[in-house]
Amino acid sequence: MSLEVVGLTKMFGAQRAVDNISFTASTGQITGFLGPNGAGKSTTMKIATGYTMPTSGTVRVDGVDVVQEPLKVKRLTGYLPEHNPLYLDMYVREFLQFIGRAYGIEQLKNRVEEMIELIGLTREHNKKIGALSKGYRQRVGLAQAMIHDPKVLILDEPTTGLDPNQIIEIRNIIKEVAKAKTVILSTHIMQEVEAICDKVVIIDKGVIVADADVKTLKLGDTQVEAYRMVFESAIDATVIAGFEVERISDKEFVARSASKNLRQELLKVISDNELPLSGITKSEEQSLEDVFRKLTQSKKD
Amino acid sequence: MLTILRKEINEFLDSLIAYVVMGVFLVGIGLLIWIFPSTSVLEYGYASLDTLFGLGPYVLMFLIPAVTMKSFAEEKKAGTLELLYTLPFRHYEIILGKFLAGFLLVIVSILPTLIYYFTLSALGNPTGNLDTPGIIGSYVGLILLGGVFTAVGILASALTQNQIVSFITSAFLCYFLYSGFSSIAEFGGAQADAIDQWGILFHYSSMSRGVIDGTDLAYFFGLGFFLILLTNLIMKRR
Repeated sequence: MSLEVVGLTKMFGAQRAVDNISFTASTGQITGFLGPNGAGKSTTMKIATGYTMPTSGTVRVDGVDVVQEPLKVKRLTGYLPEHNPLYLDMYVREFLQFIGRAYGIEQLKNRVEEMIELIGLTREHNKKIGALSKGYRQRVGLAQAMIHDPKVLILDEPTTGLDPNQIIEIRNIIKEVAKAKTVILSTHIMQEVEAICDKVVIIDKGVIVADADVKTLKLGDTQVEAYRMVFESAIDATVIAGFEVERISDKEFVARSASKNLRQELLKVISDNELPLSGITKSEEQSLEDVFRKLTQSKKD
Repeated sequence: MLTILRKEINEFLDSLIAYVVMGVFLVGIGLLIWIFPSTSVLEYGYASLDTLFGLGPYVLMFLIPAVTMKSFAEEKKAGTLELLYTLPFRHYEIILGKFLAGFLLVIVSILPTLIYYFTLSALGNPTGNLDTPGIIGSYVGLILLGGVFTAVGILASALTQNQIVSFITSAFLCYFLYSGFSSIAEFGGAQADAIDQWGILFHYSSMSRGVIDGTDLAYFFGLGFFLILLTNLIMKRR
């Protein structure tokens, strides 16, 4: 019950939106699909749901090929498209019944009621979708994606534009249903990945630049030691240029090295130059944001 | 397909489109047949429905594009097309569902005019002195023409995401298919007769004589089928 992307390429004219990417998302895991805007996330998701056809390669859901049997794949997957398009003139129940009928669900009425309760729409179930707030619309979008109990859930930026409370609620719903499903979600928010994803795939300019567990990715290369130095006032960065330094601000730097004596070496340079050090700490983990920036910016040069 | 059909019909009923279209068609045709002196049957003095069948196509030419203009254009604009095309429908089901919903609305709008037939039949001298076969043929023709116009409208809607562009394109295409070829044929020349036969008007007026000919039927069904096929092709290239 997994989702496999195999050698997927999509060309728009001469532009390669997705360039020969492969990865797997497995059951019971939430896979975060990250990348800058225009990296090819949505395109990949649109192919996986059978909305657009790939130029070459394919996506397999539970072993079923989306190019050869799109209808079968569509039955197996639930999809929340970016911007969550809905029929605003329909009532919540009417809309869910329409979707349910499309999937040929038996005992549709019960299922719709079940979904309304599960997704927390009970208070709003008599309204037209157009009259709902953004958070509730997002719930309707999720209900729509899950009504046929799909094996694979594909969510394109499910929490964009929601307030912090709504974000937490939607995340909880996703976490809850993910236990027995394969979930792949795209997002820009790194905290979201840390909060709910088990695995991360980072894509940049149509190419995969990272595919690992969240923990592995954060630890990065464990051979390398990193120290975060904070100074009381802005310093002349040239004196520490001998180290591999990342500049956070005029007063804050992170130095990395494979050397075991990095701390001593740093302190020596600092005292020799009488730099106004206010603190030095070992940073064990890089933040996901750092990882993301490093992976997606180096390519741009 | 029935799921789509049902959704589209509900949309027509909820959005008042259905009532407006039926109302405008029936009021318009009613005024033309019974009230306005230049086209009124009562003034004319002959028991015939020529007004309905002569002017009906021109009324439908505006009403049908209004019905179909949103079918794909709005789904594209609102992004719901993505929702629709990731549900387990076959492509032709989506197009046929939308087409049939529009066609059904057209048929339901035309049907009440059957009352005029009975009224005229009663007004005839002697009673019942009416060209019944001609009227049956004309009805079949009008309904088939409505079908072709609906297919044109759906096609135009698939071409754009702007409803106004869709409306104007399909109204023009309907006009051109209806009488454009006959107008071109008026230039004369060796091919004039052949060109005339490409247009809807030729086959429509042939049916209104009361003869339902195989070639005329084939023309309408062929044209409709071709238009729907073209729509399917365009939607596949999304």
